[in-house]
Amino acid sequence: MYRYDEFDRQFVAERVEEFRDQVARRLSGELTEDEFKPLRLMNGVYLQLHAYMLRIAIPYGTLNSRKLRRLAHIARRYDRGFGHFTTRQNLQFNWIKLEEVPEILKELAEVEMHAIQTSGNCIRNVSADHFAGAAADEIADPRVYAEILRQWSSLHPEFTFLPRKFKIAVVAAEADRAAIQVHDIGLQVKRNEAGETGFAVWVGGGLGRTPMIGRKVRDFLPEAELLSYCEAILRVYNMHGRRDNKYKARLKILVHETGVDEIARDIETEYEDIRARGALTMPQEEIARIRAYFAPPAFAELSARSSAFEAAKADSRSFARFVERNVAPHRVPGYGIVTISLKAIGAPPGDATAEQMELIADLAERYSFDEVRVSHEQNLVLPHVRLDDIPAVHAALAEADLATPNAGLVTDIIACPGLDYCALANARSIPVAQRIAERFADIERQKQIGDLKIKISGCINACGHHHVGHIGILGVDRKGEEFYQITLGGSGDETCSIGEIVGKGFSSEEVVGAVETIVETYLRLREGPQETFLAAFRRLGETPFREALYADA
Amino acid sequence: MALYRNGSFVADDPWRILGADEALPAEGPVALPKARFIAERDGLAGRNAPLGVVIEAGEGLDGLEDDIDRLSLVVLTFPKYTDGRNYSTARILRERFGYRGELRATGNVLRDQLRFMLRCGFDALEITHEGTIAALSDGRINLVSLHYQPASRDEAAPPVAGGHPWRRSSAGRL
Ligand code: HEM
Ligand code: SF4
Repeated sequence: MYRYDEFDRQFVAERVEEFRDQVARRLSGELTEDEFKPLRLMNGVYLQLHAYMLRIAIPYGTLNSRKLRRLAHIARRYDRGFGHFTTRQNLQFNWIKLEEVPEILKELAEVEMHAIQTSGNCIRNVSADHFAGAAADEIADPRVYAEILRQWSSLHPEFTFLPRKFKIAVVAAEADRAAIQVHDIGLQVKRNEAGETGFAVWVGGGLGRTPMIGRKVRDFLPEAELLSYCEAILRVYNMHGRRDNKYKARLKILVHETGVDEIARDIETEYEDIRARGALTMPQEEIARIRAYFAPPAFAELSARSSAFEAAKADSRSFARFVERNVAPHRVPGYGIVTISLKAIGAPPGDATAEQMELIADLAERYSFDEVRVSHEQNLVLPHVRLDDIPAVHAALAEADLATPNAGLVTDIIACPGLDYCALANARSIPVAQRIAERFADIERQKQIGDLKIKISGCINACGHHHVGHIGILGVDRKGEEFYQITLGGSGDETCSIGEIVGKGFSSEEVVGAVETIVETYLRLREGPQETFLAAFRRLGETPFREALYADA
Repeated sequence: MALYRNGSFVADDPWRILGADEALPAEGPVALPKARFIAERDGLAGRNAPLGVVIEAGEGLDGLEDDIDRLSLVVLTFPKYTDGRNYSTARILRERFGYRGELRATGNVLRDQLRFMLRCGFDALEITHEGTIAALSDGRINLVSLHYQPASRDEAAPPVAGGHPWRRSSAGRL
């Protein structure tokens, strides 16, 4: 994990003081709310329905026990005892007092955390594969590059007042676990034939009211030029992105309206110029310096088979179920990656209490080389657990209602805060997620259905990623009543696609039944359990689903 | 209005900033809107006084590339402080074109952005916001002094150790 040195520490400390000064000016009335807004957004502070909300950066979703304990402490002391993990691997507190924000930031700084650039029209917290450093299929640790980008983008003097927010995600495997194609810049670490490291680069992906899949502008960008190229993309966007209409201000619109070929040419021109001056070309020593922070922990040499693990599977149905869904293969023999579902049936997706955070911190310290990850699916991950230890980890999680064996199943739902918290919402999201989870609570039924991602947003801003849900649910307002529009066939992985609207929306009472109809239709028409929902939808198209949904209409 | 240049407020500004239709004075330094400058560039060539140009946010440098060497003042406007386009224009002028004359920010120039502007190569700030003028005069500007990326002005390596090639410091100055 990256560790602050004296420079980083001083930087964050100065930022806390800078913000304390801004808050003081707001509280004294020197700054109007209008003047203060962009300043507070730069530091993750939103004004919501009931209170201020604070979004804390968890760079590339990596935490250790000390940080997680501090988050638990903040939840207890300054909020109502819980926090909400987001789809961008951050943590949100929903009940914060503005006067207390500087103190919270100071407490965060002590554990090398901050809220810099978690909102506002700037380069946001960089996200990465939550299995980084552990996944069997990765060719490098993507967090090395995410950290380099995080540093470069921190209080960047040129790119702090962009037309709109700007999101970057990095993966280093063919499997895309970070939804890179729906980010403004998506990066995939690759090797070319000569064995050199570099990046495939996508630009202009995004969700929101105009969902778009990113366009590839580079098959192979040399590793050393990552920052030169990103600076070029940002400059083209900063100069030419639309500023007349905030709904058309994202990079995706510029790419769409200008044409990807012309944008790619503009980027290349800018890039050549920046590269020629060389100020951002990365020396190998610097990459190595950052890489050293992400060196693999001291894994033991273990046999790939653990008899304790196998015995526990044979003994306990509930453990076997947990393993089936929540344990992924690790690249080191004898280890596994454990997903901790924050989607207990009936609980708000992504929420964790202070006590749960502390328990997970303890488990990470004891069993996972002190590492925890936040996934963009709003779950937590213990990335490096010995197979021998997984039964004990499972038992401890089960005691805290954290062992729901539903990773990737129909009840592992992503939902935005929706009308319960958000000032922009048209409809509630969390209660819909809870009701769907309750309807499908039977784990055998969930297993029978298999991989299925449901994603719910309370309005067109798409914070719940509904466009890339296999089943997407969007809250709309119809004459003052909450309605839900359903999209099918979206996907946020390497086969990225945007879901299609199936037909007219459903009322709050109807929507859970509609989801069930879709699932039943899939079960009836699939070629067998090996054909997932997404594969079946891609084969069948939307017609059978539409017919089933609107049969009586 | 106050003009802050190279680290302090200056009382007199030799420049006349002309609108689109204002008559050209016979002598003295003048700065013209970009479109007018381009339209009148041949006539301006004979003037025996420093020349400047005013570039609105979004206008960019297209069409001015060959004139930059003879400019002594470039004024870049910030109609709203949230309009960040001219931060890029400033850096392109300084870094790509090697422009060494005065680079002035005008419009919504506020205390929380001052260092971003200076780092992007501005050396003069035209400030109307009273709070900002007062804070600058009293030295009450509280901004992060350490930076993770090179920008346009010459900046020292940070006072703290660590071999990072891009680290910079503004300690001891705005
Ligand atoms: C409750 C306060 C929140 C507000 C006011 C809010 C506001 C917004 C707005 C206005 C957009 C649209 C931006 C655009 O289209 O350019 C957006 C997009 C988004 N938000 Fe939120 N959001 C909130 C909470 C969240 C949470 C909790 C998450 C994570 C679970 C989240 C994740 C996202 C994502 C992933 C997008 C889509 C980005 C894209 O278009 O590519 N937001 N949000
Ligand atoms: S999708 Fe809409 S309702 Fe949900 S959090 Fe985002 S802005 Fe709020």
